[in-house]
Amino acid sequence: MKWHSLVTAAAAVLFLPGLTFADSAGTDPRMYPGSAWSPYLVGALIGVLSMLTFYFSDKPLGASTAYARIAGMIGNLFSRRHTESLKFYQTNKPKVNWEVMLLVGVVGGAFLAAWMGGELTGEWLPPMWAARFGTDSFGLRMVAALVGGVMMAFGSRLAGGCTSGHGISGTMQLSVGSWIAVICFFIGGIATAMSMFRL
Amino acid sequence: MNDSTAEMANTKSPEVKPNEAQEAPAKQLMLGLLFGILFGFLLQKGGVAKYHVLIGALLLVDFTVMKVMLTAIIVGMVGVFALNSLGLVKLHIKPTRYAANVLGGLIFGVGFALLSYCPGTGAAALGQGNYDALAGVAGLLLGSYLYAEASGFLGRTVEKWGNRGKLTLPELLGIPLRAFLIVCVPVLVIVLVILDRMTVR
Repeated sequence: MKWHSLVTAAAAVLFLPGLTFADSAGTDPRMYPGSAWSPYLVGALIGVLSMLTFYFSDKPLGASTAYARIAGMIGNLFSRRHTESLKFYQTNKPKVNWEVMLLVGVVGGAFLAAWMGGELTGEWLPPMWAARFGTDSFGLRMVAALVGGVMMAFGSRLAGGCTSGHGISGTMQLSVGSWIAVICFFIGGIATAMSMFRL
Repeated sequence: MNDSTAEMANTKSPEVKPNEAQEAPAKQLMLGLLFGILFGFLLQKGGVAKYHVLIGALLLVDFTVMKVMLTAIIVGMVGVFALNSLGLVKLHIKPTRYAANVLGGLIFGVGFALLSYCPGTGAAALGQGNYDALAGVAGLLLGSYLYAEASGFLGRTVEKWGNRGKLTLPELLGIPLRAFLIVCVPVLVIVLVILDRMTVR
């Protein structure tokens, strides 16, 4: 029965990557709890929330510019003259605005949702990270998170937005640049994530 | 007496105006906070403040992020264009700059995988109790300032390459907006249905 050995070989090729991780089943994201609510319900409500922000505040949802404003305010503490000389801060004044308040609200809203749903984590190391890089990899996680944050902020300012501003608000308005940016978010992200977890 | 009070009200009204001008931004700041609370609440309930859900999206095994985003895009697209055609809202279309969109997008993507929270979901992750997001927030602040340092140079170079301004997909294809939406919305819904059928999570 040659077909039998063929099936076995095919199964080995298909499942071997899984088997090699058998000792650390912790790197399968589906082994951890998923979303509390249906992702379709949450997505639809975020769509409605977008309509509300357009109508009541004349603003699209976006998160990344708030970090830039806060960074400018911190920069002002060190050297106001230098911060004000930068091209970006001449058009984007470092001050508390709608977007900064939105970002502060996100922290509070997420706390509320996690608290009400019994999902507060209070952890310094995500379990799936620990399963891959070890429970003693706190330093590595801090470096990766810091470098990741630096690259994401730089990238979103250069691209003109983040997963909210481009990925949701820009794409829904059919902006060509937003669709290009979000595709590039995923290309860069998938390539990096695969190198981190699947090599 | 009635006349005099009416006069007083009239004379006072110009003094009220500067106060109203100050109230408007304060009201908007409170609205921003309220919308932020709702946004953060939804992000957490959608599971996209969780490390493994976000990295799972980039490992192409957990499609929660794609489902949330795609549903939000479809509902928001129909809603915002409907409100716009009724003259109730203005559009806010981000400029298309090919080189900056691609280069910035790829840099963002690498950072997204390293941190595994994005700027919005990072704030939500922090609220949820994922303290490693603090290092991400520090990085986001640092990276924003680094961009500002380079903004003069980038504005003269990368951001000028392939700058097409506020370009939309129907404009690019030379199709009227409504005709484009009549095709685009059902196609996105079909993609979402296929995604739902083909994925476990």
